[in-house]
Amino acid sequence: MEMVNITIDNRKLEVPKNYTILEAAKEANIAIPTLCFLKDINEIGACRMCVVEVQGARSLQAACVYPVSEGLVINTKSQAVREARKVTLELILSNHDKKCLTCVRSSNCELQQLAEDLNVKALRFEGESVNHPIDDFSPSIVRDPNKCVLCRRCVSMCKNIQTVSVIDTNERGFKTIVSSAFNKSLNEVPCTMCGQCITVCPVGALKEKDDTEKVWEALANKDLHVVVQTAPAVRVALGEEFGMPIGSRVTSNMIASLRRLGFAKVFDTDTAADLTIMEEGTELINRIKNGGKLPLITSCSPGWIKFCEHNYPEFLENLSSCKSPHEMFGAVLKSYYAEKMGIDPAKIFVVSIMPCTAKKYEAQRPELSATGYADVDVVLTTRELAQMIKEAGIDFTELPERHFDDPMGEATGAGVIFGATGGVMEAALRTVAEVLSGKSIDNIEYEAVRGVEGIKEATIELEGLTLKAAVAHGLGNARKLLEKIKAGEAEYHFIEVMGCPGGCVNGGGQPIQPSQVRSWVDLRTERAKAIYEEDRELPIRKSHENEKVKTLYAEYFEAPGSHKAHKLLHTHYVARENYPEDKE
Amino acid sequence: MSTNKCCCGCVDEREQKLQEIIAKYKDTRGALIPVLHEAQEVYGYLPMSVQKKISEGLNLPLSEIYGVVTFYTQFSLKPKGRFKVNICMGTACYVKGSGQILDKFKEKLGIDVGECTEDGKFSLDACRCIGACGLAPVIMINDDVHGRLDPDDVEGVLEKYKDL
Repeated sequence: MEMVNITIDNRKLEVPKNYTILEAAKEANIAIPTLCFLKDINEIGACRMCVVEVQGARSLQAACVYPVSEGLVINTKSQAVREARKVTLELILSNHDKKCLTCVRSSNCELQQLAEDLNVKALRFEGESVNHPIDDFSPSIVRDPNKCVLCRRCVSMCKNIQTVSVIDTNERGFKTIVSSAFNKSLNEVPCTMCGQCITVCPVGALKEKDDTEKVWEALANKDLHVVVQTAPAVRVALGEEFGMPIGSRVTSNMIASLRRLGFAKVFDTDTAADLTIMEEGTELINRIKNGGKLPLITSCSPGWIKFCEHNYPEFLENLSSCKSPHEMFGAVLKSYYAEKMGIDPAKIFVVSIMPCTAKKYEAQRPELSATGYADVDVVLTTRELAQMIKEAGIDFTELPERHFDDPMGEATGAGVIFGATGGVMEAALRTVAEVLSGKSIDNIEYEAVRGVEGIKEATIELEGLTLKAAVAHGLGNARKLLEKIKAGEAEYHFIEVMGCPGGCVNGGGQPIQPSQVRSWVDLRTERAKAIYEEDRELPIRKSHENEKVKTLYAEYFEAPGSHKAHKLLHTHYVARENYPEDKE
Repeated sequence: MSTNKCCCGCVDEREQKLQEIIAKYKDTRGALIPVLHEAQEVYGYLPMSVQKKISEGLNLPLSEIYGVVTFYTQFSLKPKGRFKVNICMGTACYVKGSGQILDKFKEKLGIDVGECTEDGKFSLDACRCIGACGLAPVIMINDDVHGRLDPDDVEGVLEKYKDL
């Protein structure tokens, strides 16, 4: 890379030619405040918080979009810069609702942080306050335009990364608002409920639907048997809510906290992930052997499922009929577990802790109630669980070592890696390879399907079959992959799709890192590392070797793909209209 | 899929025209604004059904189209009347009291800016300078110019269109 010499705040630096001033300053550890900037996602220079003085330029320049060049002299702290930034911030605050005390993002708000950093101690300007209705009709996402700072990070995420495009900037001037077409609720547009908009929002304008109260009420109800299950990605991110480093593994603390909150049993969704592999692996082998619809596409990600139902109805038959793991688990808890423990399934209340907002929507799908009761009663995000732990006054970092409960306690490494992109594929390969060959295989780490490349392809030699596989994460990549298949440019047997970039570790329900961190640390990679560590340390790493799952089949389901399994563990999908027509 | 038939089986001419407009611009980059202009000429406004067809035809998200439609005041989400009342809000007219003229029209027609009377006869809009500052405050009703108005003149102006 060609280098250039620049001067920032009297410091001489040599930086790559393709850097912006912001990147160069970051490398020299010179902090420049930003608000609308989010690296690789939103680089539009709109908010003017990052202005700097560039020698020879007529006016202050936005550091986030200004490219460096040989001999550039920059001042990031002059009086003019300080004043301009402060006035800009004061103007942004002038029509903000400023209800920080009751805001979900209080103490994790980039606007609040800027006000503190830039020493805003009085509000000089009182602008006309906007008074838009709050959109809380979606089961997953709540949108409060009165807190919106119009940074457009959510719009870029929804439109450019996810290609879902259900929000955009509407109107102009003071009336500008980020909302859906025709100001419809997110519940009435083809929103996938992935929640990626929430994770990039610098303020509290986007948040998940808070369901914690439902869980508190259930826990207080003596008639209910309240059980909880946790997805693999939660255990590698929950610690961040308590100030721990990104990628901390807090499985034991999480289990201990859930016990203290009063759940009767703490189960591991990973066990159901193993069950999913048994069902989905069988489905794959059947489809290949019997000329079924291929490629088979995974169905664990409810955001992806809704995306497919809205945009690619022609692929619905390709979707695996397997329910997502936590829904399978819910169905098992209200059937097998209820019978085994002698508990009336009507009295079992299943809570899922998920890294996901779309799971809230999924849990409400009417077809996901195999036993006559909803498979899962309430879904909480990782953030909501952290909130409950804080509310209960549990010291998260000081807890005794705890393990998941039986009779579904034991999970394998294959179940754990579901949390990272490529994980379901890898877990399936570990099992399918052995089932087809009838031999035990030692080399089970499929590196080709790991990592954060948008679309990963792998060709795996199995017994008598060359299996062509692809993995896409993030809905924009899923779209690219499906278009490729539609155009006849690629053929696969098996495809894994995760709705969120990086898979569940970077789900819409995960802890929110401010742009100042997120722009420079790859959350997907750091959290995935912890997932693979967890996998490596587990004694059993293949789903079909899970003793609990074997018992489950022996005692209840007979075999993968059995009639009973289909009744409880499988589902179906429907094509959904994108914008149902209004009566005009 | 869009159809060219209405419920009685006759061909919807406006929709046919819209499909022609879309076909004309289908492969042109940045064609959204001309398509919206021409579509509005056909329909008089840009309701959801029309925007949806443009979204489908140009392969652009509806949210993006709606964003453009609401950004420019020229585009309208609501139907326009047979007589389009445009009140000039340019600087000269504004200082000469076009605000009061506008208020009077709102009162007499019983509608707000951007709206249309129930009988579909009048719609009311505020516009930028129409280049007739010498006549300030000035309004236009379709292609007719009415200048040097006083709020008390409004009733008389509307009277002229009563039986048309």
